[in-house]
Amino acid sequence: MPDVVGALTNFVDLDVMKIAYLFFVGFVGGLVSGFIGSGGAFVLTPAMMSMGVPGLVAVASNMCHKFPKALVGAIKRAKYGQVDVKLGLVLGVSAEAGVLYGAHIQESIKKTFGDAGSNLYVSAAFVVILAIVGGFVLRDALKTYKSGNTSEEEKVTKLAKWVQSVNIPGTMVYFKSLNTRISVLFTIPLGFATGMLAATIAVGGFVGVPSMIYVLGAPSLMASATELVIAFVMGMGGSFKFALHGLVDIRLAMIILAGSLFGIQLGAIGTTYVKPFIIKLVMGVIMVIVLFSRALMVPVYLSQLGLIQPLSEGIITLLKNTSFVIMILALFSGAFIVIKSMWSGLMAERKMSKEVLKHGEV
Amino acid sequence: MASGLNKKVRKKPVGKMIIMGIVSIALYAELLLNQDVINSNFGKGGMYAFLPIITAFVFSYFHGTFTGSFWTVLGIEAAKKKKEVK
Repeated sequence: MPDVVGALTNFVDLDVMKIAYLFFVGFVGGLVSGFIGSGGAFVLTPAMMSMGVPGLVAVASNMCHKFPKALVGAIKRAKYGQVDVKLGLVLGVSAEAGVLYGAHIQESIKKTFGDAGSNLYVSAAFVVILAIVGGFVLRDALKTYKSGNTSEEEKVTKLAKWVQSVNIPGTMVYFKSLNTRISVLFTIPLGFATGMLAATIAVGGFVGVPSMIYVLGAPSLMASATELVIAFVMGMGGSFKFALHGLVDIRLAMIILAGSLFGIQLGAIGTTYVKPFIIKLVMGVIMVIVLFSRALMVPVYLSQLGLIQPLSEGIITLLKNTSFVIMILALFSGAFIVIKSMWSGLMAERKMSKEVLKHGEV
Repeated sequence: MASGLNKKVRKKPVGKMIIMGIVSIALYAELLLNQDVINSNFGKGGMYAFLPIITAFVFSYFHGTFTGSFWTVLGIEAAKKKKEVK
């Protein structure tokens, strides 16, 4: 990590436009996080870097806004009975270990292959994981939508049924979101993977939430809410680690937090109006769009590493800009589905209340 | 159902929103008006690492309570009857 003096000189000047930009992106990111438990970081970090913030300061500042945001979101959703604190803490602790290991791998790759190698590793991780997990989540959401049984209780997968049936004495813990006891030997690798992904692509929830749903058998609502606890544990540990090296720009973190706390409250309220498959839909849509965004960058890094023919400056700029625009599109598509579903739910409830009042008057 | 409707007319947290809003604005004004001092201390690392963490907790409490009551005052609240969605 760079020394403290180096980091200090890297704190950018802030003007009104930059503040408004961070506030707005923070709001949209918060809205999505409140709803699916994570998201936003994949846009916020590059957004800060586009303002001239050095990569590590951007990652550190993003993390320092993430944990207080996740805390507020988790408290809000706990009021709706959606949070499994115990599961969140158990996964959070192993995720913290995953973050440390993931960061170590990142550093080794950077040392051996340089910046382009490190970027290629991050993009490849994005593409492979989002293609497998995102594709699966989106397919599941669309299958539920097409079946017309969107109001049905979510079915526990065969894998989750098996995980719940395994009894390893001395390791069994009861989790309320699963309504059964499972072995922590299953939760530890899942938490670890979530942390590793968070250290690599900044959004651990892309593995954390689907693994709670499909591997452990938690309902979507509880999985996405519990992810906020994991994000809090991971984010606080990570922020402290970065702060020890003086890398957190608290102004950036708090400005993003200003917008994201408006968003996360709204996203959390939104979950009470929608059917569970909408959570999967939002998550799947974002993951698949982000996948395309990152895939566009792969040729850029391959050419920088000399593994393919060098690309012209013009093509590199075009690919970079297109990738960033697609990433923003991913976030806004998710936010649009959240707002739309919430609005229809809100209107339907108000209509119902009015009708009940009318009948009452008669 | 009737009891649910009665609950709906409960008082909105306007006072709480105003107080927390003022505290939030004061915190942000303090942060942005003293950027140089704050940056130089918060960027020192070591034991100073506690400063950004404590700041994050303080801001999340006041601003979080403000944003929560903000949406309630606007009438955007959680669904009353979650079970009906099923």
